Amino acid sequence: MELKVLDQGPSAAKAPSVKEPSAGGGCGQSACGSSADAMAHLPPHIRDKVRNHPCYSEQAHHYYARMHVAVAPACNIQCHYCNRKYDCANESRPGVVSELLTPDQAVRKVLAVAATIPQMSVLGIAGPGDPLANPERTFETFRQLTEKAPDIKLCVSTNGLALPEQVDALCRHNIDHVTITINCVDPDIGAQIHPWVFWKNRRVRGVKGAKILIEQQQKGLEMLVARGVLVKVNSVMIPGVNDAHLAEVSKVVKAKGAFLHNVMPLIAEAEHGTFYGVMGQRGPRAEELAALQDACAGDMNMMRHCRQCRADAVGLLGQDRGAEFTLDRIAEMDIDPEAAMATRARVHAQIEAHRQDKAAEAAAAHPLDDLPAGLRPVLMAVATKGQGVVNQHFGHAREFLVYEASPRGVRFMGHRKADPYCGGDDTCGDGESALDITLRALAGCEAVLCAKVGIAPWERLEAAGIMPNGEHAMEPIEDAVAQVYREMHAAGALDNNPDWMTA
Amino acid sequence: MAFSINEHCVNCWACLPLCPSAAISANLDGRARFAIDLRKCTECDGAHAEPQCAAICPIEGAILDAAGAALNPPGSLTGIPPHRLAEAMAEIQAR
Ligand code: SF4
Ligand code: SF4
Repeated sequence: MELKVLDQGPSAAKAPSVKEPSAGGGCGQSACGSSADAMAHLPPHIRDKVRNHPCYSEQAHHYYARMHVAVAPACNIQCHYCNRKYDCANESRPGVVSELLTPDQAVRKVLAVAATIPQMSVLGIAGPGDPLANPERTFETFRQLTEKAPDIKLCVSTNGLALPEQVDALCRHNIDHVTITINCVDPDIGAQIHPWVFWKNRRVRGVKGAKILIEQQQKGLEMLVARGVLVKVNSVMIPGVNDAHLAEVSKVVKAKGAFLHNVMPLIAEAEHGTFYGVMGQRGPRAEELAALQDACAGDMNMMRHCRQCRADAVGLLGQDRGAEFTLDRIAEMDIDPEAAMATRARVHAQIEAHRQDKAAEAAAAHPLDDLPAGLRPVLMAVATKGQGVVNQHFGHAREFLVYEASPRGVRFMGHRKADPYCGGDDTCGDGESALDITLRALAGCEAVLCAKVGIAPWERLEAAGIMPNGEHAMEPIEDAVAQVYREMHAAGALDNNPDWMTA
Repeated sequence: MAFSINEHCVNCWACLPLCPSAAISANLDGRARFAIDLRKCTECDGAHAEPQCAAICPIEGAILDAAGAALNPPGSLTGIPPHRLAEAMAEIQAR
């Protein structure tokens, strides 16, 4: 048996306080590419809008960079996971920021970053307060950028309280992405998360305040959707407070037209000085978060690669190059915005060409159309840690990617979650039942492709009618799946329906 | 009749645009925080039911009334009971 060490995947190397909603990060899918992109189900006009947005497209986040500028210090609500006093350069949480910028400084910074990192495609304003509670600063920044760097996409992230009154201004400034943080649609729950809101010149506390916040968020969401602005909803999962409620939130915001729902884990430590941190409120465990994300998913897109950036983050997701762009350093840079824009156009075109090559390669690399057209399709599960290859040990896989092979080709069908039945803990003694869970998760698949598999699970898989296959380790997933399909055809395995289809 | 802002202010700008008397400014007297011009502050009398700076300020103890008492005393905004906060801070410092 070789099921010893729990492989943490690429996320283990991340900066310590950057938490990810899903263990393993956003890159679990085939080449993070073509068929496997989580955006596949979206209508074409939305897909076009999010194609090179690293925060929205799982695929784009490998290629494009984003930055946030901290121009919006004021806030109009209090959240129990936020401490307005906190400001530390070593802290990498949303809402945390070290250097407050004026709009002019922010524009200089954006131009400097976009000249240095030509993969820059998105500029966001997310805080450290609420962008819409600082409308002059926020919109002045956007106004200047639309003029000087019109190729950069602009987005804001808001608590939603001031959203309805700012929808017109958002549309005027050509903002086509808005993120609203919606933690609840029930004021009683809201009062446990947001102790007060500032509304119509008063501090309104408790359930009354939460009710106002919820009404404004929902109204703002509807107004934005009506105008064709893309809306993503973020929710913070707080065990015992809103965890059981977020599936309902997901349903409501989806019905109103949000295109993406992103459930993020609460990050709470006493040293953050937040209410939740000091009061000992725990964050969700990875499996709780994953289970909730699954429950919320339905046919709606869930975002699993979010890195919960700081309000002044710079760079690719999971990366923060903010320290290279302090005001002092920017002052020394000599920037030609037009030349930089031309460079960006070139680099973005290269990226797009590369992505298209990859997609074409993926489509051309495994033609199965020489097989008899009537052959039945077969589902196969793949254990992968990313890079688009079969490279994970069966026992370490937390999720399997499911592909369908048929004479029409190989296509990605989705993921199946499975708790690893071996966590590297010899004392658990509970391997069997967890393997049962995995077997259930793989129901309907006729083969599972992985880097390696132990003898005991091999036998169980075989008995369940799922052929374990470790012969394609390190091969591209689509090639391996196509190859196995050929072998099944050659062996006559495609002539009969499997038991589960006839039963 | 005037309020004041003390050193707990975190320069969040929230109060400044709300003041009906334009009494609040940044870096008054060269201090690196917001301040209220006591000649201008009216305590929002006649303009608003709640003094605006105190109604939006997120920092407990940052805004004081004419007698020097905190308008938002400890625990009133974050909901963290002061003794819990003291315990947590003592525990963190002991690490
Ligand atoms: S109490 Fe009213 S008038 Fe006085 S500083 Fe505050 S907001 Fe301005
Ligand atoms: S609202 Fe409070 S913390 Fe913010 S600037 Fe005014 S006094 Fe300072």
